[in-house]
Amino acid sequence: MTSTSAERGATAAHRGVAAALDGPWPRFAARRVGRLVVSLWVLVTASFLMIHLIPGDPVRSALGPTAPAALVSARRESLGLDDALVVQYLHFLSGLFTGDLGTSLTSQLPVSQVIAQRLPSTVQLAVLAFGVAFALAVPIGVGMGVLTRGGRARGRELAFSSSSVVLGAIPEFLLGVGLVYLFAVELGWFPVAGRSDASSYVLPVLALSLGPAAALARIMRVEMLSVLQTDYVRTARAKRLPAPRIYLRHALPNALTSTITLGGLLLSALVAGTVLVENVFAWPGLGSTIVASILGKDYPVVQGIVLVYGAGVLLVNLAVDVALALLDPRSAIRES
Amino acid sequence: MTSPTTDSVEGAPAVPRRRSAVRARWLAVLRTPVGAGAGLLLALVLLLAVFAPLLWSDRAETFDTGSVLQGASADHWVGTDNLGRDLFYRVLVATRLSIGLALMATSIAVVIGLVLGTAPLLLGRRAGRLVTAGVNIAVAFPGLLLALFFAVVFGVGMTGAVLAIGFAGAPAFARLTHTLAAGIAERDFVAAARIAGVGRTRLLLRHVLPNIGEPLVVNATIGAGGALLAFAGLSFLGLGVQAPSYDWGRLLQDGLSGIYIHPEAALAPGVAIVVAGLAFNLFGEAVAKGIGLTATVGGGFGPAAGRSPDRVSAAPTDDGRPATDPGRAEGRPVLDVQDLSVSFPGPNGPVRPVRGVSFRIGRGEAVGVVGESGSGKSLTALAIARLVERPGVVDAGRLEFMGTDVLAGSDRSHRRLLGTAFAMVFQDPMTSFNPTRRIGRQLAEVAEQHQGMNRRQAFGRAVDRLRSVRVPAAERRAHQYPHEFSGGMRQRAMIGMGLMGEPSLIVADEPTTALDVTVQRQVLDLLESVRAADDVALLLISHDVAVVGQVCDRVLVMYAGRVVEDLPAAELRTGARHPYTRALVATVPDMHVDLDQPLPTIPGRPVDPASQPPGCAYAPRCPLASARCVEEDPALADDGAGRRVACWHAGEIGTDTDVPGAAPVALTSGERA
Repeated sequence: MTSTSAERGATAAHRGVAAALDGPWPRFAARRVGRLVVSLWVLVTASFLMIHLIPGDPVRSALGPTAPAALVSARRESLGLDDALVVQYLHFLSGLFTGDLGTSLTSQLPVSQVIAQRLPSTVQLAVLAFGVAFALAVPIGVGMGVLTRGGRARGRELAFSSSSVVLGAIPEFLLGVGLVYLFAVELGWFPVAGRSDASSYVLPVLALSLGPAAALARIMRVEMLSVLQTDYVRTARAKRLPAPRIYLRHALPNALTSTITLGGLLLSALVAGTVLVENVFAWPGLGSTIVASILGKDYPVVQGIVLVYGAGVLLVNLAVDVALALLDPRSAIRES
Repeated sequence: MTSPTTDSVEGAPAVPRRRSAVRARWLAVLRTPVGAGAGLLLALVLLLAVFAPLLWSDRAETFDTGSVLQGASADHWVGTDNLGRDLFYRVLVATRLSIGLALMATSIAVVIGLVLGTAPLLLGRRAGRLVTAGVNIAVAFPGLLLALFFAVVFGVGMTGAVLAIGFAGAPAFARLTHTLAAGIAERDFVAAARIAGVGRTRLLLRHVLPNIGEPLVVNATIGAGGALLAFAGLSFLGLGVQAPSYDWGRLLQDGLSGIYIHPEAALAPGVAIVVAGLAFNLFGEAVAKGIGLTATVGGGFGPAAGRSPDRVSAAPTDDGRPATDPGRAEGRPVLDVQDLSVSFPGPNGPVRPVRGVSFRIGRGEAVGVVGESGSGKSLTALAIARLVERPGVVDAGRLEFMGTDVLAGSDRSHRRLLGTAFAMVFQDPMTSFNPTRRIGRQLAEVAEQHQGMNRRQAFGRAVDRLRSVRVPAAERRAHQYPHEFSGGMRQRAMIGMGLMGEPSLIVADEPTTALDVTVQRQVLDLLESVRAADDVALLLISHDVAVVGQVCDRVLVMYAGRVVEDLPAAELRTGARHPYTRALVATVPDMHVDLDQPLPTIPGRPVDPASQPPGCAYAPRCPLASARCVEEDPALADDGAGRRVACWHAGEIGTDTDVPGAAPVALTSGERA
């Protein structure tokens, strides 16, 4: 077995890792990687098929009815659309491994170059919004959970629940419009649109993160309430630990596991939410590019960006699972 | 309050009864404030969708080149667009398209979801698994991303967007349907139908679908809200409704470009989207809550929690204060409890599950507390440990631990004393350790917190303590998580945690109840050896008279929140004077029990703490009860030799007290208080 030789070669520093490999971790990792590979394959195949599922000739519809037939057929040939489907599929797959995602129908630029240009600003937006959503939701949720435990502070609970329900129900692009109106048009604190200095990030990041933050904070509070009633929190109280230690070290990690499970869904929705928010704020990212490309029928670009978004979602899901397994070792066992 | 008898999925497939129950449930939801508000809002939105285009189409589509891109005015409440059309009426008229398209998309999602979700039941196992796996993969992607994908496939425009949102919503419905259907398919009546030879399709249509209909409808309602928002999003991106048609998303997109000049044009459709989305969402949630919560409505502490609990210990039965000092502990007692009571606010005034309990524990003494579940013994332990949380209120004439009044002052001021000298062992070792922290750290924490040790020292002591409670390979075990420990070993680790300080008292609340019989003995032996070695006092709470009799010096018998007898453990079998104590002892089988006879039980049920009788609480079940017992509650009287008993007929032998006849209600042996 290769694993035994690997373990033999492990240094003392790696002994902990080797010990961990004895537990449920290898099975967890194998399962998780397996699922990721299958999901990626489905994603790649779906985005490949997308261009073939479009009724009619995608090149003709991209170039318009007035384009000369010779140009259309030349473009079809350069895209390899006249080959057998299997050949095209294999070509598409091998292209993926070399980073070749095809060429834009309208700008003639390589799709990978278009993505490389636009991806960073989208990633910035998403990562910042992730961070802000969690940074807002966890303290607020924990604080509300502690404040309202055992039926305390009913007035505050009602105010919190109703405001978070409403905030959570407003889609990000509407929230963006509202924020633009309030803080850019009326108050003039931040720019209306575009990406420039730090202040231009504030409104798009808030638009993306407030909804998920409200929903997460609600989940966090409910989880916190139920964790605070568990036997092990009573044990911690019986140890006479100071309140912050009970709430943050004993209750929080347990409340976080469920919050992250449910929050994972919200966060992958946040990735998709960037599409809308970028269009509200004319943000030069993938989201505004994909919409422009869909409207301009630039299918190779659409295909490439769909792949990137899908992979991003899968990555977030994986990160959530790993975070869960680290926080609560039992979840790794449940998986395997 | 809603009827607590109904349950969403519990209903057997008796269709007529179910239908009326469903109607009653939905009507009940409409009577709640949120349900009524959301229902009203939803009705308004639907009415607008039907009637607005009939009433105001003309005004919404009349060009007025004289008043282009105007702000809000008396003529045009939210101004006009670039062709001078009135935006207020355009928003109202757009209701129909926005709602209609959302409902169409939702129907598509539900239909596809139903097909995919029930496919695993109809197809064979292998094909079913494939469908489920596909659905699971699709569900991982956010709906908007799926919608964009399908928008490309189906083409930009209204039809494409309806199909795209419908298809994008399908995986979530498929998963929901699958989960619900799988739950129903495991039920007995489905199994019975299957054995009776009912085909798969018929099974699905007649037995499974009717039983998951309600949750599906509720989720479809919430889903319609989501579809509405998604549609607005697609239209806003220019991928949905195309001019000259207009829905709210389209209006929003048109308005956003001019947000500097006239923000109303963007805000009005935005508000419409939010309100309509909320109407669907809130209504769905209210119904879901109404269905799910019916079983829990009517619980004890909820509505009256704000009422201030009665802190004046003036309950009529509260005469438990002993005439002379109880207990015969030499020197200063470790624990001195006088007139302890615990009350909770209830719907009809405070409920007092512990009423005037008094006792002392001397150094190294082992005191047992026995009683049926609900007698208040666990709550007494929690109250002594100052672990009763709001809304519970603890009151006592005196609650001294090691000479310190722990009832006075804040938790903080007693933290160190209670953290090191007072150890607590809980009933269920499976749930009493924090699952996310290593055992060693959970022990070490005590020393770090109260004994000023650093991390390493504290961990070292934790390992040492684990060793002292005979946890094998303590060093390695200390690095493990609770789920890697067996139940008995966890309970020993819990005792070890109590030994991290230098305890003078260990309060063990049913420490063996959750354990296998074989490890119960080990845990009891361990408690005994700890007590012998360090002269630690022990308060052992148990419903098991036999356990207490073996381990303890003295036994407190509790009934209905009071101590009814206090006697040496050695005299439990022969010297008990309270009829309840005798009945408890009689329920314990020994080697000489005639197994052909039914085991003795105590007739009747324990008293409900919410309705204590004026007299002796045990009187209704007591073979010796007289008229006086029913009217007057006996005080806990000291006999001068340290024994205490609260009974008007203490020590009298009734005709049938030794073996109360077999009765319908048994003293539950596997109870978890």
